[in-house]
Amino acid sequence: MEHKNWTGFKGGKWQDEINVRDFIQTNYKEYKGDHTFLSEATPRTKDLMKKVQNLFTLERQYGGVLDIDTTTVSSLNSYAPGYIDKANELIVGLQTNRPLKRGVNPFGGIRMARQACEAYGYKLSDKIEDEFQYRTTHNDGVFRAYTDEMRLARKCHVITGLPDAYGRGRIIGDYRRVALYGIDKLIEEKKKDKAKLAKSNFNTEQVRLDEELFQQINFLGFLKQMASMYGFDISQPAQNTKEAIQWTYFAYLAAIKEQNGAAMSLGRVATFFDIYIERDIKNGILTEETAQELIDDFVIKLRLARHLRTPEYNELFGGDPMWITEAVGGMGEDGRTLVTKSSFRILNTLYTLGSSPEPNLTVLWSTSLPDGFKKYCAKVSCDTDSIQYENDDLMRPIYGDDYAIACCVSAMKVGKQMQFFGARCNLAKLLLIALNGGYDATSNIHIGPQMPVMNEDKLDYESIMERFKIYIEWLANLYVNTMNVIHYMHDKYAYEKTQMALHDTYVDRFMAFGIAGLSVVADSLSAIKFADVKPIANEEGFIVDFETIGNFPKYGNDDDRVDLIAKDMTHLMITELRKTPTYRDAIHTLSVLTITSNVMYGKNTGATPDGRKNAEPFAPGANPMHNREENGALASLNSVAKISYDDCRDGISNTFSITPEALGRSEDDRHSNLVGILDGYFTKMAHHINVNVLNRETLMKAYEDPDAYPNLTIRVSGYAVNFNKLSKEQQKEVISRTFHEAM
Amino acid sequence: MCSSNISGRINSIQSLGTLDGPGIRFVVFMQGCNLRCGYCHNPDTWNLQEGSVTTPEELIDKVIRFKSYFGKDGGVTVSGGEPLLQAKFVTEFFKLCHKEGINTCLDTSGSILNSDAKELLNHTDRVLLDIKFTNDNDYKTYTGCSLNTPLLFLEELNCLNIPVTIRQVIVPTLNDSNENILKLKDIVKKYNCIDKIELLPFKKICKVKYDSLGMDFPFDKYETPDSDCFSNLNKILNI
Repeated sequence: MEHKNWTGFKGGKWQDEINVRDFIQTNYKEYKGDHTFLSEATPRTKDLMKKVQNLFTLERQYGGVLDIDTTTVSSLNSYAPGYIDKANELIVGLQTNRPLKRGVNPFGGIRMARQACEAYGYKLSDKIEDEFQYRTTHNDGVFRAYTDEMRLARKCHVITGLPDAYGRGRIIGDYRRVALYGIDKLIEEKKKDKAKLAKSNFNTEQVRLDEELFQQINFLGFLKQMASMYGFDISQPAQNTKEAIQWTYFAYLAAIKEQNGAAMSLGRVATFFDIYIERDIKNGILTEETAQELIDDFVIKLRLARHLRTPEYNELFGGDPMWITEAVGGMGEDGRTLVTKSSFRILNTLYTLGSSPEPNLTVLWSTSLPDGFKKYCAKVSCDTDSIQYENDDLMRPIYGDDYAIACCVSAMKVGKQMQFFGARCNLAKLLLIALNGGYDATSNIHIGPQMPVMNEDKLDYESIMERFKIYIEWLANLYVNTMNVIHYMHDKYAYEKTQMALHDTYVDRFMAFGIAGLSVVADSLSAIKFADVKPIANEEGFIVDFETIGNFPKYGNDDDRVDLIAKDMTHLMITELRKTPTYRDAIHTLSVLTITSNVMYGKNTGATPDGRKNAEPFAPGANPMHNREENGALASLNSVAKISYDDCRDGISNTFSITPEALGRSEDDRHSNLVGILDGYFTKMAHHINVNVLNRETLMKAYEDPDAYPNLTIRVSGYAVNFNKLSKEQQKEVISRTFHEAM
Repeated sequence: MCSSNISGRINSIQSLGTLDGPGIRFVVFMQGCNLRCGYCHNPDTWNLQEGSVTTPEELIDKVIRFKSYFGKDGGVTVSGGEPLLQAKFVTEFFKLCHKEGINTCLDTSGSILNSDAKELLNHTDRVLLDIKFTNDNDYKTYTGCSLNTPLLFLEELNCLNIPVTIRQVIVPTLNDSNENILKLKDIVKKYNCIDKIELLPFKKICKVKYDSLGMDFPFDKYETPDSDCFSNLNKILNI
């Protein structure tokens, strides 16, 4: 197939099938230079950004939510077009008719929507209440099917954060398809798939898919309508950069209008855009300055994206992140780098527009990346604390070279794989439940196999491991079944029509389980094994505390004696999870990622044998517990690097904070040393790292005087936050984390 | 690998060193010191009888785990304390480093130059040498040895053609004058082996260590240099 809007592109397979990767591979141009070609923000961009900054200030002053439309259910075409400043915007489209005005999305659960409105002084309109009285939400469905045990596990927080009352998210539509092919072609292909399906025998899976295809086609039509409301016809391929970015953005916008998923990631668009930019620069349509301007305007739109959440949700995650994750860089399977000038341009938005947590810029790091790009990334990290790094050399052999990251650390092939998000279970709490023979002393709930309390004078490692395994086996089975309920109901009542329309019809599915408290468990088991741990029981005979005498190896010091306990734990967990079949034959995966919920997990967990006190926060993700590292930063990284990605295919998150002084004397030294750290860490097949280069004192000042630091951004587990949006409790926890310092 | 039967006493290790030698370095702090410099950051390293006992083989096993971070510039730095007090141990350790292709760097006061120290230099890729003061009087008062001692050591390094970084801690009122920097430049200019001079600002964060050891911090009365003044000294240095 040929199209006039493709003139100047090299042809290939991509013309005859939906194949964005092939288009990229045939047409992109590597860039191996440094960042000096980049442009600054134009006066137009600065003006527009000033307006946006004012809106952000106003939003903060209004307690985090500027406005809510309580009478309209969010969907692709339920609002009139919205603008920040119509005459001066290059890329258009807002979720509702005004910037930062939030829509209501009750499909996940009407209760959550109602509570969120009320929390900010609004009332969900009777119209919506009435309408949803006769409608089953995802949340309704889940609670019809939850068993008593699932409810108990949820109640005592041994499994938490489950997407049973809001959109599950973590699905990335291949938004680029709209730009490359136009909507009409995408509809045509889906119709072909539907016609082909009609020839097969119909059973559950086929009937479900057939209805899903109907919905997908339907919503592609809505997407076209949405664009036309803004005055664009997106039925045909984009004919220039501006259109390519606009078409792609419309597709993403449709997804976030339809779904309020926890993480609504963007994918991998920069190098795709670069092909259009290169063509336009060659044709004299764009300059470096105007190219940057288009990227800037696109990113401004992403920074305005919001979902309506309850304050509890915001408190858990530090503000209201959307995890608009964009994967940048990486290498191709043919050995060429996928770094283009636009990889630099998208990182440059942290300067042109100022630092920001969103979009969640994620560098796919390979030791083979060009030096100029590596150095630039390090500079951006040192200057902004806004980017994270994930190991392309580890993921590329598994996902190829057109994968992206959903949320924080979840890799998937764009448009070909999706995941069923599953939050996490609290492994440290499970250890305490096991010791107490099926009793959670924090919530006073009896749960799991009932056995005698292990109230011995000195805990014995072997018998505790034997006991712990029984409980892991029990929880793994319960966890998989709970997830099966949730995702069955989500597909049934809140199916992602737009996003799945931008996937291949036949996709691979992951079911992503997670664990919290890994370092607490590793250190606790190490204490039991290498020191003397005496449990302390309450009057009823349940263990509520421990007396630990003697020294024991601690995770975070590159000491195999304890690091391998952590590694074995993840292996044990995924092995047990795999024993229970999943909904739609999804592939079981596991993450070690807590985001900021490590504070909440800690709050709900009693004292542990490692010396952690009752209710004290866990370390985030796969991090060692704070201030237990004795051999410096790299020893800590080496410990985390031992957790195997084969066991944890949904990601292993590590958050690393270092003072500028500890990274080197000159700026240049700091940049090259950070490159060295990343190369070294990822050579060890580690998966992920968040890098903060800052002083504890800065955070303490921001804690005391938030107004003086309105844009202070820091990386937490898997994403970045505006420091001021964290709760005071979370701020304190972040301040108490290990900062690797120079002595 | 046959064991050398040598053991040493180390104070601690720091897996990420970016300030003691080029690139990323695994830093070993040796136990024991023959000087008592007023601004010493590591009073816990002074006593040769303390620290933990380890062998060169045990130490290299730890270092190997960090090889992937060293890149083309980084490697191992042995600091202290005064590593020359345990020169035999460090020699064996550096030999093992070289077997692994790891760059070796010695951070020393240059206050010992016996046959063991000379042998160690045969296995040393770079020396970080302190010239702590530019006059003999201050040297003796604040460190316990004379200016000639490190200069003799430097002479040796020059003969062996080992790349040297000269370092001096700048303490306001003691050595923060322009003249001092000019004098430092003058002293070291005849040594071709020197490829870098680093001025380090005096810092007081080590005071907590003295406090916890129940000792007085001898330089407590001095202030840290202000940054303008310090960068001015660096300018003079680099003219």
